[in-house]
Amino acid sequence: MEYREFRLTGSGGQGLILAGIILAEAALLEGKNVVQSQSYGPEARGGASKAEVIISDSFINYPKIDKCDILLALTQKAYDKYIDTLKDNGVLIVDNGISLNNNINNINVFSIPILNTASEKIGTPMVANMIALGSIQAVTDIVKMESLEKAVLSRVPKGTEELNRRALNEGVGLINNRKGTLNYETC
Amino acid sequence: MADNNVVLMQGNEACVEGALIAGMKFYAGYPITPSTEIAEISASKLPKIGGKFIQMEDEIASISAVIGASLAGNKAMTATSGPGFSLKQEGIGYAIIAEVPCVIVNVQRGGPSTGLPTSPAQGDIMQARWGTHGEHSIIALCPSTVKEVLDVTIRAFNLSEKYRTPVIILMDEVVGHMREKVELPNPSKIEIYNRKKPTSSPDDYMPYKVKDGDIVPEMPSIGEGYRYHVTGLVHDEYGFPTNDSSIAEKLITRLVEKIESNLDDIVEYEEYRLADADEAIIAYGSTARSAKSAINLLREKGRKIGLFRPITIWPSPKQQIEILAKKVKRISVIEMNLGQYYLEIDRIAGKYTNVTKYGSVNGELISPDEIISFIEED
Repeated sequence: MEYREFRLTGSGGQGLILAGIILAEAALLEGKNVVQSQSYGPEARGGASKAEVIISDSFINYPKIDKCDILLALTQKAYDKYIDTLKDNGVLIVDNGISLNNNINNINVFSIPILNTASEKIGTPMVANMIALGSIQAVTDIVKMESLEKAVLSRVPKGTEELNRRALNEGVGLINNRKGTLNYETC
Repeated sequence: MADNNVVLMQGNEACVEGALIAGMKFYAGYPITPSTEIAEISASKLPKIGGKFIQMEDEIASISAVIGASLAGNKAMTATSGPGFSLKQEGIGYAIIAEVPCVIVNVQRGGPSTGLPTSPAQGDIMQARWGTHGEHSIIALCPSTVKEVLDVTIRAFNLSEKYRTPVIILMDEVVGHMREKVELPNPSKIEIYNRKKPTSSPDDYMPYKVKDGDIVPEMPSIGEGYRYHVTGLVHDEYGFPTNDSSIAEKLITRLVEKIESNLDDIVEYEEYRLADADEAIIAYGSTARSAKSAINLLREKGRKIGLFRPITIWPSPKQQIEILAKKVKRISVIEMNLGQYYLEIDRIAGKYTNVTKYGSVNGELISPDEIISFIEED
């Protein structure tokens, strides 16, 4: 039985809730069961914020996540706050600006330039969430790329389709290019 | 691949979707977390179908506007959370005695007072039952999935129209804010109940007389030519105030009985893995989801345990709970309060079986692990 728990973390304004919704919709397109939720409250404004997605092939009863299989962290603050919620042998995808100073034994780490690729290569920090989604797809293969692309295109504002599609592919590239040149950085 | 009718939807969004399918034409409210999306989405959708959305100055004005809109012939709804629900009690009582159909949504959060605005709770169970003063009955429904929010909202409108009474939808922050898969129903296949209008001439019309074979009086819309006096006072069949004790006795009894003597129609519930169970959990809303997870894990350990989940919280499923109580050696009531529905279950089941309770008021959804520990410890 497939049952995978994703926690997407960063700061308010990075579009992580939208990323969570898009990931959930992509899974839905493939006929899977999903639950998406997010933290509401003071910490969602400026501080660490999070979106959660559960993807399963059967009905999801308990809708919350305790320990996650995949943790995305886009800020140091979010990383520090949520790193302990990742399961043993879980997957950590972090922006490479984050210093991994915690105990991260038995975790698969992908430290990649998500924020830098968004602002420097594509030219807007707003697409960091799409780059992150692309990298999540490339690492986990949880949904097909075409489902993810379809979900992205149905959610983003008109006129930004090409930009977002490009960001998604950059995210995939950040993972795949690593695979060619480096072994998985397993600590 | 999924078809086009399958969408990812938030609980609060599904509430509006259901209301629109049921025929909602009017929404008045004062936004409050965690119910705000219901107001936002109503505001965006109602004008497009010729409906009206009004943001009122407060919650009392909102329920009053909803009552007025309903009297004018519109299906009307308001949504709120704890603090606003307290304020709306006055209007709920008015809608009960004046027999005005309307739907009140309470997306529960931690209380009392401002409490925990962004966290779930189930602390308004007894307030839904007895929040407004005076002898009365009430219908309150409690959905546990996003799809069920949609179904229950349609049902709330139907019941309010059929029984001419306010119907409360008791959601909680978890169900209101989570997104999950919803298969949108084909609206043409859904049964919609509309209030019965008078067939007699305006001259013969008696606004509060129940015709033989009917459950409630016929209800014209104000402005259709029927003389119609509406009051919160005890009234006779003409709708005019009276202190006559026999009329008062008859009216209040009728208002209670129109609900309490139609439990077969009003009560809805789910039984989960109960067929061979020798112990049971009773839980509702989002807590029931945790209970199902816990039950599946406890079953793996060999315990014969199942869930009874009331969807109609009020009136309570007395008959079904009594049957369950005679069958199992223990019933555990799990809820995000310190034992509100437990009081009702113990009242019904306590003489037949051991009734225990587990609750929390920390603003977190009770987890399956907590439930398992409780069941195994006791």
